[in-house]
Amino acid sequence: MNSLAKSISRKKFPTHLLVFLGPAFIIYTLFMVIPLVDSLRLSLYAPAEIRGGAEQFVGLANYQRLLTDPNLSPRLFGAIGNNFLFFSIHMFVQNPIALLLATLLVTVAKRASSVYRTLLFTPTVLSFVLVGFIWQIILNPLWGIADDVLGIFGIQSQPWLGLPGTALPVLSLISVWQFVGIPMMLFLVALLGIPEELLEAARVDGASAWRVFWGIKFPLILPTVGIVSILTFVGNFNAFDLVYTVQGSLAGPNFATDLLGTFFYRTFFGFQLQPGNPTMGAAVAGVMFLIILLGVVLYLAVWQRRITQYEL
Amino acid sequence: MTTITYSTPEPAQQSIWHRYRVGSRLQSVGAHAILLIYLMIAIFPVVLVIMNSFKSRQAIFRNPYALPTPETFSLAGFETVFSRGNFPLYFVNSLIVTLGAMFLIILCGAMVAFALSEYSFRGNTLLGLYFALGIMIPIRLGTVSLLRIIVSLGLINTHLGLILVYTASGLPLAVFVLSNFMKQVPRDLKDAARVDGASEYRIFWMVLPLVRPALGTVMVFNMIPIWNDLWFPLILAPAENVKTVTLGAQTFLGQFVNDWNAVLASLTLAMVPIIILYILLSRQLIRGLTAGAIK
Repeated sequence: MNSLAKSISRKKFPTHLLVFLGPAFIIYTLFMVIPLVDSLRLSLYAPAEIRGGAEQFVGLANYQRLLTDPNLSPRLFGAIGNNFLFFSIHMFVQNPIALLLATLLVTVAKRASSVYRTLLFTPTVLSFVLVGFIWQIILNPLWGIADDVLGIFGIQSQPWLGLPGTALPVLSLISVWQFVGIPMMLFLVALLGIPEELLEAARVDGASAWRVFWGIKFPLILPTVGIVSILTFVGNFNAFDLVYTVQGSLAGPNFATDLLGTFFYRTFFGFQLQPGNPTMGAAVAGVMFLIILLGVVLYLAVWQRRITQYEL
Repeated sequence: MTTITYSTPEPAQQSIWHRYRVGSRLQSVGAHAILLIYLMIAIFPVVLVIMNSFKSRQAIFRNPYALPTPETFSLAGFETVFSRGNFPLYFVNSLIVTLGAMFLIILCGAMVAFALSEYSFRGNTLLGLYFALGIMIPIRLGTVSLLRIIVSLGLINTHLGLILVYTASGLPLAVFVLSNFMKQVPRDLKDAARVDGASEYRIFWMVLPLVRPALGTVMVFNMIPIWNDLWFPLILAPAENVKTVTLGAQTFLGQFVNDWNAVLASLTLAMVPIIILYILLSRQLIRGLTAGAIK
């Protein structure tokens, strides 16, 4: 009986399948897959001479210009270098702080822990625009909040966002301030997943908290460390909003805070007297695509294969 | 932990237990101390801005750390914001875009996840991979071409344009998370419904409430980034009548940079609703996050 019903339904045209898959497939293909592929295609063309005219196929000429043109290549390599600094500050400041906070959250009482994590996560729900302006006015010497606070530690007042040497590190730290909540939550979830008996056994054997952490907890949450790292990488290499809000599309002072995202925006839409160049913009996006792809492949091929997944 | 206090250990072991207990109390004090210090760092700037937005210009500069008093209380900033900006409209725009995209992501994502986990058809795995591709690739990289598509469809400066773009970028993760959950819904349940003559659509609506925690996760991961995005509103919908709060605040703040009352007031206005919403939903959000990440 059952098998009969099945064989009938198999022969019937699967309308429901189309209904279930159709809308998502169309939206995803039209607004994500096609733009991504078409953008890569456009990066191989020169912009139309006249408005609405046809684009000329030029092969890899845009990429070649990006790498060699004296106006473009310093900006490209500058942005890539800045982006790596931006990423390292997130990797080596944000993620360790997040791990520390998560580790401590596990040890305190449940009620306190939920109050802490709710409040610690608050900056994360704010937009870059708000965060950018909040910190701009806090760092503004007119108001003097930052000078007051840093004065306690004997640090001299400086135009933090105006000096080429400090602007990018300070912007990165602002972004760390905002986003520490996400890795914190991911680490917290991973740490909560470790069976209590395992930790109790180690403690009874006299292991210190330090040893329990590095000997048991850390190896067990390595998969999450990997996920956090790759999420940070992808997020950082496509960052734009914070720099645009605080320093504008020119990413001053003197391009010191220029990231690939702002370089992409400037190339695409133009700035000051420089007209925009969509296909060159597409080439910058192509470079970003390559870098992100490289990171993801490295993560999948090297990290995911080498670490041991423990079944808990 | 509690069993320790009940047990009466042998004298030889006592010192270990004792040390453990004192040590753990010290550790707990230390943990609270570090958490409180970081809490200050996380909250202080936000509190400072909200507090000062209710003060007169003089008080903002003379004594930024004091709460507003009857003498220093002033709503001058909010008056400027309401007379010169369109914040209520921006809020409505952000709400339409965010809720519209969330609705489509959840509905379309759940339908795909249901189909992928429920039926075996040719190309099932391939389709799953096709959707998974988008998890790691940011949609922003396709902006050059996306702008053309949106223009040619006449969707520039519309809510719908933004909604469709955010839906496309949110779908991959939604499909991934939801199909993991859908696979766990017992087969018998669905087959029993089929025997009773339920249509495939009815079964879908029956399964949907069973994966509620996963729907929560999908909402967490999408809602905040969509609400806060600056890139696509700036490029695809910069017109005044469709501006979202994020873009609206950005342009308003840019114009009123030197009017401290207005800056603080508009920051507060843009910030407080999302913080209230977040605190109200935080338990569900965290539960969703936890449920999603564990499985």
